[in-house]
Amino acid sequence: MNLFRTALFLAKKDLYSELKTKQILTTQIIFAGLVIVVFSFAFDPANNTTKAVIPGVIWVIIVFAGILGLNRSFISEQRNDTMQGLLVAPMESASIYLGKFLANFTMMLIVELVSIPFLFLLFDFKFLGSLPYFILVVFLGSFGFIAIGTFLAALAANSKSSEMLLPLLLFPITTPILIGVVQATRIILTNMEKLASAIAWIQLVTAYDVIFFVVCFLLIDYVLEV
Amino acid sequence: MSMNLERGKAVLSGAQLTDTKKPNLSKILFGAAVITMLVSLYFIFIFAAEEKTMGAAQKIFYFHVSSAWLAFMAFFVTFVFSILFLIKRKRIFDTYAYVSAEIGVVFTIIVLTTGPIWAKSAWNTWWVWEPRLITTLILFFIYIAYIMIRQMDGVWDKKARLASVFGIIGFADVPIVFFAIRWWQTKFHPIVFGEGPSQKGGGIEDTMLVALLVTITAFTILYSYLLHKGVSFEKMKIMVERYKEKLREDLEN
Repeated sequence: MNLFRTALFLAKKDLYSELKTKQILTTQIIFAGLVIVVFSFAFDPANNTTKAVIPGVIWVIIVFAGILGLNRSFISEQRNDTMQGLLVAPMESASIYLGKFLANFTMMLIVELVSIPFLFLLFDFKFLGSLPYFILVVFLGSFGFIAIGTFLAALAANSKSSEMLLPLLLFPITTPILIGVVQATRIILTNMEKLASAIAWIQLVTAYDVIFFVVCFLLIDYVLEV
Repeated sequence: MSMNLERGKAVLSGAQLTDTKKPNLSKILFGAAVITMLVSLYFIFIFAAEEKTMGAAQKIFYFHVSSAWLAFMAFFVTFVFSILFLIKRKRIFDTYAYVSAEIGVVFTIIVLTTGPIWAKSAWNTWWVWEPRLITTLILFFIYIAYIMIRQMDGVWDKKARLASVFGIIGFADVPIVFFAIRWWQTKFHPIVFGEGPSQKGGGIEDTMLVALLVTITAFTILYSYLLHKGVSFEKMKIMVERYKEKLREDLEN
């Protein structure tokens, strides 16, 4: 299908240029590492109660590192004056959104793949919960966060101060996701007996993902209007 | 874009120079708002029974609930006019959406100030992390962001388009936020109307209910007055812009 083909093409272009420059990914990973270091000052890793904040820390890292990548995804197009080119290219704006989403999501997953084991290692966290569920939660949470984030990044890119505007737009809108995934992660990492409740949270996050992915798909035409 | 490239603001055409809008509606709404406000003050402070445990402090409840009602209604109006703007692309819909969001933010601030004042006397704490409170707080942040989109630089129709999109997304988010937080923790806030799932509905005395309904009516009229006034201010601003543009054109030629 044309929509997906052009979207994949655009995602490939973004990832390829990222592979050449390695600008965003390196920044995101180093930033994630720095957040972990700051957290080690804030919460003493030697203390046992620190284990309770690990689920929250995971998501703080994902959100902060994600914001960095999201900010760049549309700004870079504008800096190079290629935004107009994308808009007049023979493809729908939905596939621009989808392509940008795929690129951002891939980079987000790479950052998570590096930073979460690093966090567990540095905080000496013994993984007791179920790994498949944990991966599912991280996947669904990042999916929703990046889906709505890419959309709002496209929206904020119209402003001169989009780096400042994007977090203000994104954080209030993503509260349900953040509540849901933090709760689900906490249950999966520390208290597997309450799995039913974690699954309820996963359902909430999935519902949010589906609703907002569809809404963004419908509304992106108005955001990326020539 | 083709129009935007040429000129940001439309030049005033001769036909629009004469503003034949009658100021009657504004006066009627103002009078109605004043009268219903005074009536609701009577109902709140004299007619309604005093609450047993909280005493006079409970009177703030009427303003609190009415402001919350007004804010939610204002945001709903923003949502509706955002959709209308995206379909019809008329500037008036955008003006309505913007003014309504501004009024909503002001009354959300009132809710967020009267809330802690009441909470301090009722629950002996300024703030609790409870579904309705957090939802209101997040609603406040969403619409602050909405207004920040409006403050962006650029031509009006781009800003209006982006703000409308955010108005729709933001309003769609609110119920999900509420349910998420409700699941997260359910503690305070007695459910006043109807049967609550977890807490027993405390119920409300008849005189209090009458006072509340009167206050809500008063606030609704106040809202329509503010909306009408705000929209006419915005129209005047647009007019002034057009006069300036016309003047500039005249000077250039």
